[in-house]
Amino acid sequence: MVIILREYLLGNVAIARGILEAGAGVVSGYPGTPSSEIVEHLAPLAKEHGIHVEWSVNEKVAMEVAIGASWTGCRAAVTMKHVGLNVAADPFMTLAYLGIGGGMVLISADDPFCHSSQNEQDSRRYAAFARVPCLDPADPQEARDMTLRGFSLSEEFGLPVMLRPTTRVSHARATVDVGTPRERKASPGFEKNPPHRVALPVHARPLHAELLDKQAGIEEALAKEGWNRSQMRGEVGVIGSGIGGLYAEEAIAELEADVSLLRIGAYPILRDTVGDFLEEVDRILVVEEMDPVLEEFVEMVAKERNPGVEILGKRSGTIPAVGELDPLTVRNTIARMIGLPERTAPRMSTEVLSILPPRPPALCPGCSHRAAYYAMRKAFGRDAVFPNDIGCYTMGVGMGTVDTCLCMGASITVGTGIRFGGEERGICAVLGDSTFLHSGLTGLLNAAYNGARMTVAILDNSTTAMTGHQPHPGSGETAAGEESPAISLPEICRSLGAGLVETADPYDLVSMIETFERARDYPGLSVVVARRSCVISDIRTGIRRPRLRVDGEKCGGCKLCVSFGCPAIEFDGKVATINALCSGCGVCADICPQHAMEVAR
Amino acid sequence: MRTSDCDVVVVGVGGQGVILISEIIGRAAMLAGLSVRGVETHGMAQRGGSVINHIRVGCSYSAMISPGGGDVLVAMEPAEALRYASYLSPAGVALVNTRPLLPVTVTTGQASYPSIEEILAPLREASSRVYPMDATGLAGKAGSPQAANVVMLGALARHLPIGEGRLQEALSEIVPARFLEVNRKAFELGKIEVE
Repeated sequence: MVIILREYLLGNVAIARGILEAGAGVVSGYPGTPSSEIVEHLAPLAKEHGIHVEWSVNEKVAMEVAIGASWTGCRAAVTMKHVGLNVAADPFMTLAYLGIGGGMVLISADDPFCHSSQNEQDSRRYAAFARVPCLDPADPQEARDMTLRGFSLSEEFGLPVMLRPTTRVSHARATVDVGTPRERKASPGFEKNPPHRVALPVHARPLHAELLDKQAGIEEALAKEGWNRSQMRGEVGVIGSGIGGLYAEEAIAELEADVSLLRIGAYPILRDTVGDFLEEVDRILVVEEMDPVLEEFVEMVAKERNPGVEILGKRSGTIPAVGELDPLTVRNTIARMIGLPERTAPRMSTEVLSILPPRPPALCPGCSHRAAYYAMRKAFGRDAVFPNDIGCYTMGVGMGTVDTCLCMGASITVGTGIRFGGEERGICAVLGDSTFLHSGLTGLLNAAYNGARMTVAILDNSTTAMTGHQPHPGSGETAAGEESPAISLPEICRSLGAGLVETADPYDLVSMIETFERARDYPGLSVVVARRSCVISDIRTGIRRPRLRVDGEKCGGCKLCVSFGCPAIEFDGKVATINALCSGCGVCADICPQHAMEVAR
Repeated sequence: MRTSDCDVVVVGVGGQGVILISEIIGRAAMLAGLSVRGVETHGMAQRGGSVINHIRVGCSYSAMISPGGGDVLVAMEPAEALRYASYLSPAGVALVNTRPLLPVTVTTGQASYPSIEEILAPLREASSRVYPMDATGLAGKAGSPQAANVVMLGALARHLPIGEGRLQEALSEIVPARFLEVNRKAFELGKIEVE
């Protein structure tokens, strides 16, 4: 019997609990904000529940592992951030043709406003592209409910189901009613069935027709789930998707207004759900974040059911087309529609706010990436080209060693293209250890194969730091904490064909600079592994180094150390000082021409 | 119609323990049988960037507080108080830790840090109920400057529709046992500071 308990849960933890309640046997993912906490929550519970939980090497791998598991009849979940789905798009698109075995839920977490992302792509487009159902939760409770139901819907449709939370759902906390975990169902194992498991053209053609034939039934079935629900209260209407619908519901309650509301939580939408609503209203507002997916559908249905209805939304400029929505914008938009006064927030003037120093995210005090960049700049000079990648190290953008950032793994390949495009200057492509293992391997192999003359710097801090310190194949342990042989980055690079591979410690600045110089002068493809554990990992494992201080007598006030950009180094107007943030890396002592830095006693 | 009993905006710098404040309030509200919503900053901004958390006690809608809707603004850092002051409602209360944390733009000389008075003056124009306090100093007195977040929680307690007993209960559940004594003291000092 399932017992329902009320708990205060993070949206991603609510999703994780839904996965446990569904009795899933395999969960895979690659870390990415805002999705990481799902696997993080489940990994320590894996043994207890007899399930397999893994951080996969990348999203494509994660997707394929989940597909294989599903094909044994086991329920499987796979998690990633929106741009991760680009990496996993290849298996995802054809999976829709082949279909699943055990229920499979794909969680692709979107990030409106790019809080921690490189773009604002909308995963609902992918779901429509692949023709798989997409559930768009508005809050942690819906996220849990949709995840749990998603598995059985997946089995009913024979398709994977996508759950598309956004940052404000994944990282929201709320009181959530959750049930007890269900025991993992024994899976029957892989059943040979070539027409549904082998995507040969002869199989794919009928499978495509089968997929299209399923769609009407999916629309009918989803309409019965209660996630697309309306309340008629007048000729002005609002249609909102996911959190947009919840913002609208709150606005209508706050305004105590007679406004009809249709909230959408499941795609594809039955035409009648929107058509019936449109027939009762003469003006509507469509509230959704990211792409006008719902709005385009509403426009299409309006042509059939109520061509005269006025549709406001992103295309009319009424709802912002970029960034994330906030409840005040939605409230005031609805208020304007019905002639109620807007509420103005007490705006601080730009003049007042101009006194505030900007506070962008920055590399931590003592972060070895800062030292590696310093050494790199010394060796290659400011004029060299530095293709960069996705990770903590992108925050070194102010140091002049981040010239490009496109997507995971692109530093090496973009650097290769820059070389063959005719660039003659030095090229040093930079990426982290986890990113290199995610999608840098093929790029390095390609660079070696095609003879690109460049240097690749792998900033190896032995963890996936940016997303919260998840382990990877170089870390020596799995997500569930099992020991795993730590692969050697230098050996991989050599076997992929790099001509010169050297490792150095960024805290040993002189040797780091010399290593970069040798790599720079190498007449082929060279790799430098700048290896030093993440300072946050050090703090967590209890590694303490004595802080440094500045001898005020020796300091000449040249500010070389200050321009290094470590948050622990300040300038009091005459001399440099070191504050309590110092982690004792000692790199500033190597930079100082006066040797004014000393270990504090 | 009000759609939440109490909307609290907690701001600060990544690493200052802003999430812990949200966790304790949320847990306490749940123990008190209240519906609660919150939203946190995770990811990139946590690396020394500016962070904002929303907590809505007695609310069944989204976790996001509207600009101009905050009943209380809890600022772990003075510059961050002003940065997010537009979240405060005109009748709202601002609790401000006066201990600056210099961003890297200031330490490297690209920007300067204003005086506390320059920060507090516009805040006082936005709200008549601004309470500055040296929470970091008080936390030091309690035994650890790291507990400044719990000092702020103590100062916030009287503005929440949750009994102090529930907050204490949540504090004991969430804070590791070996830090509990320091945190209890920190809570008490924060509470006394605004009495």
